[in-house]
Amino acid sequence: MRPFAYERATSAEDALERHNDGAVYLGGGTNLVDLMRLGVEEPSRLVDVAHLPYDRIELRPDGSLVIGAAVSNSALAADRTVREGHPLLAQAVLAGASGQIRNLATVGGNLLQRTRCSYFQDTSKPCNKRDPGSGCPAREGEHHNLAILGHSEACVATHPSDMAVALAALGASIRVQGRDGERTIPIEDFHRLPDNEPERDTTLEPGDLITAVEVPPVGMPSRYRKVRERASFAFALVSIAAALDVDDGQVRDVRLALGGVAHKPWRAWRAEEVLRGAQATEESFLRAAEAELEAAEPLRDNAYKVPLARNLIVRTLMELGEGS
Amino acid sequence: MDSEVTPVHADITLRVNGTEHRLSVDTRASLLDVLREDLGLTGSKKGCDHGQCGACTILLGGRRANGCLALAVAHDGAEIVTVEGLAQDGRLSPVQEAFIENDAFQCGYCTSGQLCSATAVLDEAENGWPSAVTTDLGSDPALDDDEIRERMSGNLCRCGAYVGIVAAVREASQRKEAAEA
Repeated sequence: MRPFAYERATSAEDALERHNDGAVYLGGGTNLVDLMRLGVEEPSRLVDVAHLPYDRIELRPDGSLVIGAAVSNSALAADRTVREGHPLLAQAVLAGASGQIRNLATVGGNLLQRTRCSYFQDTSKPCNKRDPGSGCPAREGEHHNLAILGHSEACVATHPSDMAVALAALGASIRVQGRDGERTIPIEDFHRLPDNEPERDTTLEPGDLITAVEVPPVGMPSRYRKVRERASFAFALVSIAAALDVDDGQVRDVRLALGGVAHKPWRAWRAEEVLRGAQATEESFLRAAEAELEAAEPLRDNAYKVPLARNLIVRTLMELGEGS
Repeated sequence: MDSEVTPVHADITLRVNGTEHRLSVDTRASLLDVLREDLGLTGSKKGCDHGQCGACTILLGGRRANGCLALAVAHDGAEIVTVEGLAQDGRLSPVQEAFIENDAFQCGYCTSGQLCSATAVLDEAENGWPSAVTTDLGSDPALDDDEIRERMSGNLCRCGAYVGIVAAVREASQRKEAAEA
């Protein structure tokens, strides 16, 4: 690992001042330290922002949440108001990583996780995300766990976060402190599709610091479900965050997002559109899933994700429909 | 480019198993490195060094954590308990005793991490923390075997002593409950 300077920020403003070329913010470090050990990240300075006073979860009168960026994944999932009002968010966080990692990992860091594509993590291989212009061996190589939607010639990586999938379904916003002041970014615009700039995971500018995540109220039955290669402590092949409001057999409202299928948490806008006002039946759910997945462009070894995602959408909506 | 080859050091204080240590550490050193190399506490093991195996699990501020993923410099002032600190006054902890009685290890390499993790699992359950297999998030989940398996999934055992490990955690949990009833 390349030597680096370590500085502990005392405020958001102080963090921004300390953030120079080559500097990286440090939260829990569970992904960053690993990437530094692998030689993927080589910061010259770590600015520790884990001790900033963004460690609270606030429930607002309208049922929305403001979650501080330094809240640990464990604290978020254990919080009683989150479990009660936003169960799919708690479920998504609990579906990720291990108990040890969730204790260290922060909410801000979770959003900024890098892909677990094996070529990205192996500095002996080309990778457009790690080394722009070097090529993408995953397209022809090992890609069974990579993207089926929204990928590009340059990159077929997936975003690894579970939490972000739940936040995408809920239409959360990311509160950011930047050089020009504070702003709020809808999560839909926060993570990017790879296009021809896969090195940029998000739309953040240099020095931007995540301070909080704002989550609207859910107000309908919801759940997070994850399919993976072992029962626990593995990344998603496909996951889903879903909320469904059924009134008199008709879909009044619905939120759907998929994980493990794209470079960003994939909000299933088309499926939602098909479902609103439709009969809450298996047939409609299937039609909505197929409408969403029409855009899928599976690679040689990951076409299985298309029926997997379809079945996951249908089955999860069926369960939510039965519960309402 | 001096910064590429010259290590950077920082002075930190750690309280480990009740004893305070003032140390000058390389900013690149993990807590695991410092515990093993600087403090001679070799009970915590380096398995994968990527946070995947759990052999380095320690209690950091009372919570379990992968010592390999935690930079020592970022945990200045931390309170740490390692496997060497689980026994009190020469008596093994209830979790340690349950591991022996239930044959919960073979080669022993993962055991220190398993013990620290299991110790924290009992605390987390007592505090009502849910897990990915908890069906009712509003409840205070009981530590049945499914819950134990899920909660211990960050600790791998290549010998495959899992059956004994689950039994040991179950027994330690039941004893803790009985003692507190």
